[in-house]
Amino acid sequence: MTPENHAASQDAAVIETDAVIIGAGPCGLFAVFELGLLDIKAHVVDILDRAGGQCAELYPEKPIYDVPALPVVTGQELTSRLMEQIKPFNPVFHFSERIDALGREADGRFRLASDDGKVFLTKIVVIAAGGGSFTPKRPPLEGIESYEGTSVFYAVRRIEAFRGRDIVIVGGGDSALDWTLNLQPVAKSLTLIHRRDDFRAAPHSVEKMRALVADEKIRLLIGQVTTLAGDGKTLSGVKVKSANNEELVVCNALLPFFGLTMKLGPVADWGLNLHENLIPVDTERFETSEKGIFAIGDINHYPGKLKLILSGFHEAALMAQAAHKIVYPDKKLLFQYTTSSSSLQKKLGVK
Amino acid sequence: MAKITFIQPDGAAQTVDAEIGLTVMEAAKLNDVAGIEAECGGACACATCHVYVDEIWRAASGKPADMEEDMLDFAFDVRPESRLSCQIKVTAALDGLVVRVPGKQF
Repeated sequence: MTPENHAASQDAAVIETDAVIIGAGPCGLFAVFELGLLDIKAHVVDILDRAGGQCAELYPEKPIYDVPALPVVTGQELTSRLMEQIKPFNPVFHFSERIDALGREADGRFRLASDDGKVFLTKIVVIAAGGGSFTPKRPPLEGIESYEGTSVFYAVRRIEAFRGRDIVIVGGGDSALDWTLNLQPVAKSLTLIHRRDDFRAAPHSVEKMRALVADEKIRLLIGQVTTLAGDGKTLSGVKVKSANNEELVVCNALLPFFGLTMKLGPVADWGLNLHENLIPVDTERFETSEKGIFAIGDINHYPGKLKLILSGFHEAALMAQAAHKIVYPDKKLLFQYTTSSSSLQKKLGVK
Repeated sequence: MAKITFIQPDGAAQTVDAEIGLTVMEAAKLNDVAGIEAECGGACACATCHVYVDEIWRAASGKPADMEEDMLDFAFDVRPESRLSCQIKVTAALDGLVVRVPGKQF
């Protein structure tokens, strides 16, 4: 590829848009709606592999009782209804991706880069990242940080990287079981450690795992990891406490699967003013300390803030009004109701 | 009201008055008990309100339901007396309950 071609293909990879919304939870989704009514096109980026944010990840089946006009709705239903409501605006979703870098261009737009190598050029940014991005939980084992990336892994990017290694997998859910089944063929040895002889994972994976144990292809150990052994870079084993025994399991690769937790993540490095891991905003525009970057929902902070879905919806509506001034600086914004405005109804596809 | 005592890993004890019908997690949060994080707000979805129920209170406070048992997989140093405090309802029968806060929540 000639340098010119290379530059051209790089340009082609840049996504130009009016708005990038970070977070596909209820507030991020409703922001698509409010921006859409004002002709502002949005791309939505989320670290999870589907829409809904905490509603999808933490409580999809649990009832919510304080969304106006919906006496009871589950996290999943609320997400599905929001997805239906925003359909007319054709948002583009980028799932399983995280925005890592944010900078301002000479023309005033923002350049955002995702961990997947995507680049966005956008007029405004809406941070609707809730409690932060979902990241794998780190077991509170002493010294674990120093082994991360060399001997301790929270995800598998390349199976080949585990060929010939002595692997310990910890956990009883689908991630733990799936990786047990997938890594067993390449591992020198594989031990699955779980605190009880009961697994949350899909029954057919559990059956396959038990068959491997019966064939002595892998070992299942019921217990909990208490200590890491190694030189601080390379792991040599883990100490495991079981009901009436403690033993050292030799390994040089450890994969703990203890679910996800929320961490503020890269947002902390974007030069925005922060207040105890929250982003202060004004209550007229819900704009951060940086013009053109807005923050709505659980991640923002202002006097009287309540972390409620309904508050996030209100914030999205006011944010959109302010965003319009940036995206269409020369256009006068006429306030209209969806009930009576034929132009809004046209956008919604109901007229 | 029921009295609930939270014992920290260093042995420090804090006794709080808990309204009947609340959860033990809510009683802890209302009284700023250290070490009870309750990241998910009581949805049995995070395992950061993990406690050890004192031996003599184990029968009265009951056993974890399946969902809670599943979620305990995400806690650290789980023991037979482990519970998620958001899943223990305060009742008159639990007046005097003693729970221990683990050294580490996830």
